[in-house]
Amino acid sequence: MKHTISELEDIASQVRRDILRMVHAVQSGHPGASLGCADFFTALYFEVLNHNPEFDMDGKNEDLFFLSNGHISPVWYSVLARAGYFEVSELSTFRKLDSRLQGHPTTHEHLPGVRIASGSLGQGLSVAIGAALAKKINGDHSLVYALLGDGELQEGQNWEAFMFAPHNKVDNVIATIDYNGQQIDGPTEKVLSLENLQAKFEAFGWHVITSDGNDMEGIVKALHYAKSLTGKGKPILNLMSTQMGYGVDFMVGTHKWHGSAPNDAQLESALSQIKETAGDY
Amino acid sequence: MKKYTYTDKKDTRSGFGAGLHEAGKRNENVVALCADLVGSLKMDAFIKDFPERFFQIGIAEANMMGIAAGLTIGGKIPFTGTFANFSTGRVYDQIRQSIAYSGKNVKICASHAGLTLGEDGATHQILEDIGLMKMLPGMTVINPCDYNQTKAATLAIMEHEGPVYLRFGRPVIPVFTPEDQKFEIGKAWMVNEGKDVTIVATGHMVWRAIQAGEELEKLGIDAEIINIHTIKPLDEEAILKSVQKTGCIVTCEEHNKLGGLGESVARFLTTTYLAPQEFVAVNDSFGESATPDQLMTKYKLDPSDIVAAAQKVIARKG
Repeated sequence: MKHTISELEDIASQVRRDILRMVHAVQSGHPGASLGCADFFTALYFEVLNHNPEFDMDGKNEDLFFLSNGHISPVWYSVLARAGYFEVSELSTFRKLDSRLQGHPTTHEHLPGVRIASGSLGQGLSVAIGAALAKKINGDHSLVYALLGDGELQEGQNWEAFMFAPHNKVDNVIATIDYNGQQIDGPTEKVLSLENLQAKFEAFGWHVITSDGNDMEGIVKALHYAKSLTGKGKPILNLMSTQMGYGVDFMVGTHKWHGSAPNDAQLESALSQIKETAGDY
Repeated sequence: MKKYTYTDKKDTRSGFGAGLHEAGKRNENVVALCADLVGSLKMDAFIKDFPERFFQIGIAEANMMGIAAGLTIGGKIPFTGTFANFSTGRVYDQIRQSIAYSGKNVKICASHAGLTLGEDGATHQILEDIGLMKMLPGMTVINPCDYNQTKAATLAIMEHEGPVYLRFGRPVIPVFTPEDQKFEIGKAWMVNEGKDVTIVATGHMVWRAIQAGEELEKLGIDAEIINIHTIKPLDEEAILKSVQKTGCIVTCEEHNKLGGLGESVARFLTTTYLAPQEFVAVNDSFGESATPDQLMTKYKLDPSDIVAAAQKVIARKG
């Protein structure tokens, strides 16, 4: 372990404050699933990934991460900044004119840490698989991680990718699904049911593990376990349960904060529930 | 009129296949992807010699574009292969976000473009692809005119850093450009110098423009014929220089007149040098099933249509 669980929880706490403050400052953005994934991103960047904040696009001999559900950019930006990819103060430019921190992540403004644009949903897993294939050709044994939303699975391209990876034994990919059961218009079960996701992924030929994405110890263990399963002929799928809005009592477990910003009073209430551990930006 | 002869007739897609094979030999970072159309795209030679650098994606073009984008991360130069319709319209958003906006070095190689696909009909005959692709910031758009030029273009785009759309086709047509030509992206090829009218043509229409030039010569009209193989970036200098001399222009393309080469030329000329222009292109229509030759006639893309357009535009010079 590079960090204790308690240290990781402290980082995630600061990340949650960053998310709320970024979204509040411009009164736009997607706090719900950003809060829900704060523990996953913290575990990934501070514990699991072999990565270099001296960013290089090709990322040879380091682990790569791709975010498919790009609207949860606030959590990624915060974690990238806290992990040293760029100054924490730059978080204040989120969604503002001439910023590298676009509403959805992009390479266009050359933000360190981002290797593909995402936002239009359903495209990230294909890209991750391509990067994983390049690693195989290059004899590079590092891994490729991807995060996908669960609502995003309604996009057909994902299932092209889910079919491709097992057939081609792309066993250096670990795809995580943010399984929070919510999307803009409501619960996924109402909008378009995902049915039995685990059975679907297994039927497609993935090695499926499940995890609790809001339990730091659990998610760290799950990601290490996922890592141990790579190189065995099957791609790995981490079906990670989270709660949208986790960490803020009035935001948790509802789709209502998917893409809405808190007002001043709501921000104050939310921040009062989350410890400032590494200094606000 | 400069004489153009040919001893061989080949399809431009075979020029792509030969170019891809050669690219694979020259650069170990070249990889190829195909969506279940290996034979149609003439990728067999590449696959035979470089099986570890070929990816059969299956009938899943969206996934193919994403995987190609990902392969560039790690230094690969991916060439995707499928029909033009499935290379563009079907996957526009994937190209837009994962390739163009992300600035990825992917070569989108598209066969069976235009009407000359023939009997399969309009579902497969895309006439909008040049427009779709040229609107994407940073995208290079190339439509070579014969086997040799397509092969040379395939090698040239390997050397070019950035996303490229390479458009070619199915019909067997004369091979009239030199085998050892140097292909310069964005640099027009002067086919014939003339003084009365400028004819710019792209793709399969270049040979037809040469045939039209010979007919015009018989009518006493000295046509300047320019091959615009690169629609974006457009060789504005070559077009301007020619039109300043001839005073009028005909644009020829196997594409919808909306959004194609003709509109690129018109956009340029209206802001620099006003001259009458006529379009030889499909008149905002879908295609249909028939032989390629029948379709080129019905949709007014024959040499006689170019001749008529040249006469009309000359008359408009006033």
